[in-house]
Amino acid sequence: MASREQIMEKVEGLIGPFNNKGVELKEETTFANDLEWDSLTVMDFVAAVEDEFDIIITMNMQAEIENVGQLADAVAKLMDN
Amino acid sequence: MTDLLSKFDPLIEERETLLATGVKDPFSLVMEEVLSPTVAICNGRETILLGTYNYMGMTFDDDVRQAGLKALEDFGSGTTGSRVLNGTYSPHKDCEEALKEFYAMDHAMVFSTGYQANLGIISTLAGKGDYVILDIDSHASIYDGCAMGNAEIVAFRHNDAEALEKRLKRLPAEAGKLVVLEGVYSMLGDVAPLKEMIRICKENGAMTLVDEAHSMGFIGENGRGVVEDQGVIDDVDFIIGTFSKSVGTVGGFCVSNHPKFEIMRLVCRPYVFTASLPPSVMATASTSIRKLMHSGNKRAHLWENSKKLHKGLRDLGFELGTPEAQSAIIAVIMPNLEKGAMMWQALLEEGLYVNLARPPATPANMTLLRCSLCAEHTSEQVDQILGMFEAAGKAVGAI
Repeated sequence: MASREQIMEKVEGLIGPFNNKGVELKEETTFANDLEWDSLTVMDFVAAVEDEFDIIITMNMQAEIENVGQLADAVAKLMDN
Repeated sequence: MTDLLSKFDPLIEERETLLATGVKDPFSLVMEEVLSPTVAICNGRETILLGTYNYMGMTFDDDVRQAGLKALEDFGSGTTGSRVLNGTYSPHKDCEEALKEFYAMDHAMVFSTGYQANLGIISTLAGKGDYVILDIDSHASIYDGCAMGNAEIVAFRHNDAEALEKRLKRLPAEAGKLVVLEGVYSMLGDVAPLKEMIRICKENGAMTLVDEAHSMGFIGENGRGVVEDQGVIDDVDFIIGTFSKSVGTVGGFCVSNHPKFEIMRLVCRPYVFTASLPPSVMATASTSIRKLMHSGNKRAHLWENSKKLHKGLRDLGFELGTPEAQSAIIAVIMPNLEKGAMMWQALLEEGLYVNLARPPATPANMTLLRCSLCAEHTSEQVDQILGMFEAAGKAVGAI
């Protein structure tokens, strides 16, 4: 089972190719405002996260996830189930 | 007081900026007279219609109009009631019979619009704890059906069968699953790989719904849609369609062979809590549907038109949404909204109407000039259309 720290590291690695502005990543970094992702980028990124961890992040869940820390929490919870 | 409309300020500003460049408002065109399925008077000028979804040109069919007039005389102007109370007249039942004949299926349910058909069927079928799996480029009515229900929503990359399969396999085996697909996607006019996708759905225990709004009457030997063309019509659980395209009037429907389908009439809120369609609309729809069963020649001519327009536009140097004509929708990709609006207006001044489609309706933030052909367009009209695209494209520097 991956630790929260390992998940965070992997998530940051997955953000890399989509981080066109080179924004410094913190727990509080938001996808919409800080990274300025549009819906298409979000879709591609979510697919990458889903494939990496072999999970499903439903659109209902995505609506609740605003920043990097919340995503790592959600991934940890989904892997627990 | 917080002005609740202030959230739309960015859109208001964008529109004002666009209109300040001198282009006409592309979203407030008025058809002053309609001469035929392919020609109208707009701004006092005779205009070829190339953005109506009136694929089979049934709106001015003599039999269709006569049936509507007779029903208007016999049954009055409207039902003033729900289908489950006082709003089911014999023309409504006859229209459902026509759909059952057209699709060779056991059950048909008519809604007041195609939008409501998706809204109602999706939100009612998939409840709490169930999953709806949909293509990311799905129509707004499919997304709204998801938003109205209580199911978990999972999206996959457009037309990507592998992405669909991966997601289905990750969902709990025992959970209820509805996969929602479209035969033809209306923005780019591309067709879904239904044969492969429906097989994947079956293998993974998911029920399937296919929206055939843009293929009914045209695609498939009997015009039953992409499901017929790809040989999977017997494997899908529900087909959704509309009367506002090939059928040439307004209304929506769902057909199915599911033995319990009739219960949907009592539990589907967008079916129950709205007035039924006017009997004249039902009579025009059923007459049109029965004629569409035997319209093989018109289907062939519409394919000719679509292929000719696609090749002609590509040869002129326009970027198109599909590598070849896959449906009667040919989408011309414009570099941005401003150029798209300029081109749209230049075409209108030439005497051609197409749809200007913009985000968020379009995939990948594209601006599109969407053309939809009609079986009643003559080959000469398609030549004229290509001439207009050439003149307008050169005038605004799009080619």
